[in-house]
Parts: sequence; structure tokens; C-alpha cells
Amino acid sequence: MAEFLNALSTHAFLQQALIAGLLASIGCGLVGPFVVVKRITFLAGGIAHSVLAGMGAALYYGYDPLTGALAAAVLAALLIGWVRLSWRTGEDTAIGALWAIGMAIGILFVSKTPGYATDLMSFLFGNILLVPARELWFMATLDLVLLLSVALFYRQFVAITFDDEFARLRGVPVELFYLLLLVLVAVTVVLMIQVVGLILVIALLTLPAAVAGQWTRTLAAMMGMAMGIGVLLTSGGLALSYAPDLPTGPTIILLAGALYLISAVSAGFLAKRRARRAVRSMNEHRDG
Amino acid sequence: MQGQSQRVIEAEHLSFAYGAVPILEDVNLQIEAGEFLGLVGPNAGGKSTLLKLMLGLLTPQQGRIRVLGRPPKQARHRLGYVPQYPSFPRDFPIDVLNVVLMGRLGVGAGLSAVLGTGFGGWRRRDREIARRTLLEVEAGDLESAPIGSLSGGQLQRVLLARALVGEPELLILDEPTANIDQRLEGEIFELLARLNTNLTIVVVSHDIGFISSYVNRVACLNRTLICHQTESIDGEMINTLYGEPVRMITHDHGTDDHEHGQSTGAGAHHARGVTPHG
Repeated sequence: MAEFLNALSTHAFLQQALIAGLLASIGCGLVGPFVVVKRITFLAGGIAHSVLAGMGAALYYGYDPLTGALAAAVLAALLIGWVRLSWRTGEDTAIGALWAIGMAIGILFVSKTPGYATDLMSFLFGNILLVPARELWFMATLDLVLLLSVALFYRQFVAITFDDEFARLRGVPVELFYLLLLVLVAVTVVLMIQVVGLILVIALLTLPAAVAGQWTRTLAAMMGMAMGIGVLLTSGGLALSYAPDLPTGPTIILLAGALYLISAVSAGFLAKRRARRAVRSMNEHRDG
Repeated sequence: MQGQSQRVIEAEHLSFAYGAVPILEDVNLQIEAGEFLGLVGPNAGGKSTLLKLMLGLLTPQQGRIRVLGRPPKQARHRLGYVPQYPSFPRDFPIDVLNVVLMGRLGVGAGLSAVLGTGFGGWRRRDREIARRTLLEVEAGDLESAPIGSLSGGQLQRVLLARALVGEPELLILDEPTANIDQRLEGEIFELLARLNTNLTIVVVSHDIGFISSYVNRVACLNRTLICHQTESIDGEMINTLYGEPVRMITHDHGTDDHEHGQSTGAGAHHARGVTPHG
């Protein structure tokens, strides 16, 4: 740890990595809770994986892969949203198909691009140590988009995730906000790709929110706590992986998984203890 | 809106089918402002479907329905709706006040009604109205309780508050007391009777005997409208409605100020009864 802190003060790439983690955590806190409470993890996974098609195509045609990723993510979100809204049945098969087709297209493009191997690995598993400064600006812009959308339409997003039938009766354009929510998920996926890669994105999107959900009682509190956990996990993973020279993305995800497990077990334990205490005090009340 | 007509619901020759299954056939129903209408009938008789047509959640294949003189979709922000089953996950991280506040969405005019005004949060006025409505349904103390911690009766009051907080002209309830005990059922209907002084109410129930002591008109629905009248309900009518002989008894609960019909027939799922008040 001391070695990491030492290196942090001298190496710009580490400072940039830390900032990238912070920027990704904002998205993880703003959008993750909606994914968790609306139970659309599988949808989000589909969006994340089909992003590879856009990155591969961008790489092949010589554009910035992140721009390609953003375009592909938004397109995938709208496509999956459309499938969800109009098909109802067989929806998960369709999403699974988009998931795999997106990856297949991406891998074909990447394999036809010279010098693909390292790029492919960093797309799939992220490389937080290689985030250039201009991409930090790109990430900050995406955060701003998320922050504005959620701040402006917080009530509508809560309404459609809580009870979409009632939201519709209150005149909320449910389909529009549903698609917008999926686009925000897409933006968040792109935000996190640099940090943990598109395969592991789904864990960083949902686990901090799920942990926060075990300890908070309102969505706003869940968002704040998920953001904090995101910061903890990305910086913690970065620090832990530095000295033994481990890949950062998987370290962050393993840390997230461990935290989720500990949190779930202790939340369950506390709930049981509360119930036991309640029964005991009831008995004492009756006997005394 | 239109001045000359006080008609809240106007359904003419309404027919509806889910796929090839006919649910409603040639339903004609007029509801005047100020009425408290009980919509009764057997399970799968089309009651909920008729409500969904009123709310504009379904579109009839045949016939016409007007709500407050307009097509349902244009009128539904002036309606309050209490569903039969809460259509949300009970573990959703939200407190009662914020659930009730959702009924304030769509209040107002134009774009601000659709997109909401202000940055994210609710205006103080909305919160005040939500708190007042919670007091009105005797759930003022539940304001900051998580929605998942409520009992069936408490949840029903909160759902009622959510429907009322948008200041509706017509309140539509689908079996509001299906999941709560009889004492609470009485309390909820007393409350509805009070609300009826300045609000038109349509309530679905499968329990004719119980609701007929509160409502001022009963409409019986079994695919088509069999009766709609204010007189007491006799055995013959119930037989027509349910298509089988029904044994009727009355129960005196002692503590209640009304008597309450009880389900008896072997294997019969729906509760039936008669009211001594007629």
C-alpha cells in the first residue's frame, strides 16, 4: 500500500487511473440502482457485450474506439428496448442473441485489424492504467449527461421503475423514459469500459448498487452509497493490484464480489438477529 | 368540461376480447357525477377489463367509451385508480410519502405536466397535499415507513391516498378490500362513503351483499351487464348473475354497524350474500 501511495504521488498515469475510477463511480451510483431495482441486469449485460461490435468497427475504420462504443451502446440499448417493449414473450432469447451477435461482429472486425491482440484484451477486461487525459474529459462529459438526465427526470425514472402501469395512468410517457433509461445504462457501460472492460462492466454496474440496497431505505440514499462504494472499489482495486502487478479490472471486480458476499451474509444475519430479539422482547413483555 | 353533461362514464355497445376469448359483450353503462357505483359479478366476468377500458389501458374492439366527455386516454389524468394487486415489488427502496407523491405526476397543464417542473424533487405544495391526503385516509403516521413494511390494510390506505392525491373527479377501485380482513373492509368503505360527497366512485367487488349497504347503485357484470339498479338484490338476480343456485345467509358481526354477507356454497370461490338494509 505504501508503495502504491508513493507511486501515486510521482506517476501521472496512476493519478489518471484514480480519476478514471472516480468518474466511473459516478455513473455506477447514478444508474446502477435503477438497473438493480428494475431487475434489468440481463438487459444491461446485453447492451455491454454488444458494444464490442461498435469498438471493433471503429478500430477497423480508424475511428476512436470509445466513440464507436458509445454509438454501438446507444444503438444496442434502443434495439433491446424495442424488443422488450414490443415482444414481451421470448424477450430474453432475443436479448441473448443480440448479446452474442454483437460480440461476434466485434471480434470479426478486430481480427481483421492489424495488431489486434492487445486492443481486444483491453476492450474485454479494461486497462485503467492506460487511460489518456483526453479520455478523462470524455468520461467527465458522459457523467455530466447522466447527472443532468437523472436530476431532471428523477421522479419519472422512479415512477416507471416502481410501477409503470400507474406511471402511465398519470400521463408519464413510459416507453420514452424506459428507452431513455436504457440509453443512460449504455452511457454508463461506455464510462466503465476503460476501467474494467466490457465483460466485467455488469459487475461494477450492479454490485455496488446491490450492496447499497441492502443498507439503505430510499433510492436516493442507495445512489449516494453506491457511488461511495464505487470509489472505494476502484481505488482499492487499483492500490491492491499495483504492487503484485495484477490486472486492475479483475482485481476491482473480485473486490466487489467479496464485498457483495460479505454484505449479503451480514445483512441476512442482522435481519435474523433482529427477528429473534423482537420475539424475545415480546415474550418478556408477556411474561413480565 | 362540456357543461351540459354531468356524465362521468358513458359506455355504448362496448365489446372486448382477449385474442379469441370474448370478455365483454355489448355493455351499455352510464355513470352520473356523484354516484357511488358497485360493479359486481363472478370472477372472470369482465369487471377488471371494464375498468381498464375506462382507464384507457385497453381499447375496445367495438363500441365507444367516453370518460368525462372525452376519450379515456385524454381523461385519465383526472381519474384516481386503486389496483387490485399492488403492481410493484414490495422490496423497492421507497417510503410511503414518496409513493403517494407519484399520484401528483401529471397534475398541472401542458409540458410541465408531462415532464414535471423543478429540478428532480417535489415542490413543497405537492408534499403538503400528499401529507394531508395521508391524514385523510388515516395513514398520517406511516409517512416515512418503507413501503415493504406495511400490512395489507395499511398498504390499501396508502394506495388509496396515491389515487386521491391527484385530486381526481372519478375514483376507480378494483377489489380494494380483497386482501384485508372484514373489519378493515368496513373502515375502508366508510371512508369511501365519506369521499363520495364530492367525488364519483366506481368500485369493483365480488361481494354484492357487502357493498350494497354502501353504494347507491349496483351494476352486475357477467360478460354483459345483467342489471343495474338501486333496489335490493334478490336471490333470482344473483342466480342469473352467477348461473347457479346460491345459498344466502346474513351474518351479524356485532361490532359492525352493518351486516355482512358471507361466502358459503361448497367450492364457491366468490363471497355472496344479501344485505338486510336493501
